[in-house]
Amino acid sequence: MKPAPLDYLAPTTIEEACERLAEAGGGATVLAGGQTLMPLLALRMSQPFILIDINRVAALKGVARAAGETWIGPMMRQNEVITHPTLTSALPVLVAATRHIGHHQTRNRGTIGGSIALGEPAAELPATAVALGAAVEVRSTRRTRRIAAEDLYLGPYTTALEFDELITALHFPDWPAGTISLFRKVAMRAGDFALLGLTGAVAARDGRIERAGIAWFGMGPTPVKARRVEAALVGEPIAGLDVRALAELAVADTAPLDDQHASAEYRRTVARRIFARTLSEGLDGRRSA
Amino acid sequence: MSEHGIRVSINGRMHMSTVEGRLLLSDFLRTFAGYTGVHVGCEHGVCGACTVIVDGQAVRSCLMLAVQADGACITTVEGLARPDGTLHPVQQALRDEHALQCGFCTPGVVMTLAALTRGPEKPSAEALLAALSGHLCRCTGYQGIRRAALRLAGDPAGESK
Repeated sequence: MKPAPLDYLAPTTIEEACERLAEAGGGATVLAGGQTLMPLLALRMSQPFILIDINRVAALKGVARAAGETWIGPMMRQNEVITHPTLTSALPVLVAATRHIGHHQTRNRGTIGGSIALGEPAAELPATAVALGAAVEVRSTRRTRRIAAEDLYLGPYTTALEFDELITALHFPDWPAGTISLFRKVAMRAGDFALLGLTGAVAARDGRIERAGIAWFGMGPTPVKARRVEAALVGEPIAGLDVRALAELAVADTAPLDDQHASAEYRRTVARRIFARTLSEGLDGRRSA
Repeated sequence: MSEHGIRVSINGRMHMSTVEGRLLLSDFLRTFAGYTGVHVGCEHGVCGACTVIVDGQAVRSCLMLAVQADGACITTVEGLARPDGTLHPVQQALRDEHALQCGFCTPGVVMTLAALTRGPEKPSAEALLAALSGHLCRCTGYQGIRRAALRLAGDPAGESK
């Protein structure tokens, strides 16, 4: 029993969860899948007075299609996301990214909303949400609001969520049929945190790119949206793309760190290469299809 | 510091207990319920030794609170072999392939493979091998464990890999 003493609460509705969060006045932590929080509790790096377990809130689960978007309940387990027929057809990048999180055993508990709420800079899902233009719906006893994923991340593990706010839904916009998925993670071993990775999508019509959403993980203090290369891609004919020049632009917005695993320069070098390779492979698949 | 009454089915037997909110499921299974086959290695979700089956799925029991298992059905390694001692197919495969030395990681490995092979369909060799990434073994070099997984997938020669 390594976690420090705490009070455990298990609300069954969103309203109740928000009331408990508000009452706690910042002394509570929300327990979703627990695959990051439980280690932090065990190591006593996190010592909340109150743990609010949202695993019994049925309204936080499920998947639905709505006009122009897919609604995902934040308490969907990562392994449920991987096998969900609606998500595998509507959001193949999200499914590919989720497949790379941790291990089979941790994906059985870990949730999509938990990962997005945590804001780990090297994690797959925050960057994917940013790349695809997703938004989170956030509720408290004071209000309900929507935050675009790209406005959610302020720093490592730091989000725009207030202490009393709970993510109650994830909204992923539709991408056109035939959208090319871009996903690649570089890690030392399967299941490790990424050294870096690329995620996103490119949509083309009549041989021209009409929409691009691309983001990096492990390439800065937050997910990094590759705005310059997105802007450079849109409107360009697929046939004439200079992938090497684009790779240079793709890392222009990044701010990778030096750490014991890799230098910033190594990360930038690998990033250029995986961008060129992932984009070329995606476009080749498109040409041959 | 809250306390909670819980009811948990473990290996087909109902256990009722009062637990502190912070009690880990792994500690509950070992210390309160007596299932010491649940091996506690790292206690923070890295090693996989404490893996058990909760409501049909392999999970790390050190990354769940005991109170979260209220109402759940849990299988530990003690719940796999038949009462007459006949080994579960996963246990037999590991034994046949010499897939353990010290045996500390083994209950976790067994529970992951048992969870993935419990359905009517044989899982792919790829799926079983990928799931083994969730376990650390410091003795075997993994080759025996891999062979056991391939055998369970009906692909003992590993031809699909």
